[in-house]
Amino acid sequence: MRIKQVFVASLASIFFAAAGLAGAAEHTVDQHEKAFEKDGKKIDKISVKVGDTIHFKNMDPWFHNVFSLSDLKTFDLGSFPKGQSKPVVFDKPGVAEVECAIHPQMQLEVEVK
Amino acid sequence: MRNPVKLVFTGTLLMALGIGVSVTSFAAPKESYLRPEKVPAPENNKVTPERVALGKSLFFDPRLSGSKWISCATCHNPALGWSDGLPTAIGHGMKVLERTTPTILNTAYQKSQMWDGRFATLEHQALGPIQADVEMNQNIDSLLEVLKSNQGYVALFEKAYPGEGINKDTLAKAIASYERTIVSSESPFDLWIKGDEKAISAAAKRGFALFEDKANCVACHQGFNFTDNGFHNVGLKGNTDMGRFAKKAIKSMKGAFKTPTLREVNLTAPYMHNGIYKTLTEVVEHYNRGGDEKENLDPNMKPLHLSTQEVADIVAFLNALTGPMASVTMPRLPH
Repeated sequence: MRIKQVFVASLASIFFAAAGLAGAAEHTVDQHEKAFEKDGKKIDKISVKVGDTIHFKNMDPWFHNVFSLSDLKTFDLGSFPKGQSKPVVFDKPGVAEVECAIHPQMQLEVEVK
Repeated sequence: MRNPVKLVFTGTLLMALGIGVSVTSFAAPKESYLRPEKVPAPENNKVTPERVALGKSLFFDPRLSGSKWISCATCHNPALGWSDGLPTAIGHGMKVLERTTPTILNTAYQKSQMWDGRFATLEHQALGPIQADVEMNQNIDSLLEVLKSNQGYVALFEKAYPGEGINKDTLAKAIASYERTIVSSESPFDLWIKGDEKAISAAAKRGFALFEDKANCVACHQGFNFTDNGFHNVGLKGNTDMGRFAKKAIKSMKGAFKTPTLREVNLTAPYMHNGIYKTLTEVVEHYNRGGDEKENLDPNMKPLHLSTQEVADIVAFLNALTGPMASVTMPRLPH
């Protein structure tokens, strides 16, 4: 029966999506004193797994931007103020160079395994 | 009306007493405005007197240009705050260019060079204007031949970079070395930061408090060199120059330019990347309006609601950032 097939397929996709979500980790990277920080320490590299999310959080009293023009992932989160964070899901393996367009000395290499 | 001086003072007092306090001020520690102990230089081009002497000759030598008429110092004139006093630069063939000549004062401390930051280092930057057809319009290989045939330069290069010869690298490194000696002098503001209460006027002190608080200038003008080394679109009327966007194709970079130093800023009028303002008062009024063009405006820009007195106070503070002029002697160019 076609309806039953669709139902089973939907159920399966929900199951696999949930399984995928359960395996994906959430990371927070702060933007603080014009540097990327993880747990209060300056970093220029971070390693994550495929499907993980990085939340970029601005801790400075002025606006920051987050973007990448890497082959792996292209995004521009725009500019956002202190206290706000924006997420990026890294869904393919490889390396992405992430920067703040406003303060180009802020650079982060994201290795996605 | 809030009194920023009082706010900062109260905050400092409470912090001194060990009481946590939330103040709206972004006031940075005063020490953050002090000059770093050393002028930064790359490992492969440490500053030496021989390199500075060579770089100085090259800097003042008009033979570096295609016309043999324009030197680095033509636009970066030490008598005009290492700029040219013009709204926008004049280049090869008297062509009027689109951007104002930035001062080279304190470029040694910058994280990138040029209004759009397209060169990472002074060494990279040095060869840019020499070769640009609208600036010095020089063929670099021809220039190297001219320098190699000049026995005075051959000797200066050998002293500065023994065994390395005369090539693009040593040419750029020598000019960069001289530029690393062009740094701001100790200003009345610096003396005040170090504790001399009489070094600056009451107006300048009020202006500094506004600078760090109500006027929010420190969102971009930070630290000793008063720059975040960042890029911002500050909403200049009629600006069509894409600026940093040419280097980084990110929306917020459309019309964005590098935050310039404010050291000795009262010597480098006209102001902004296109030289549209003749006075510092006009500049502060621009920021007081929150900029003019709102499209793609940097989100740090907001109307400030400064009174006429407050604008004058900020200008008084900016005037306190100029110290006595360091003497500059002219070199006798090698033959």
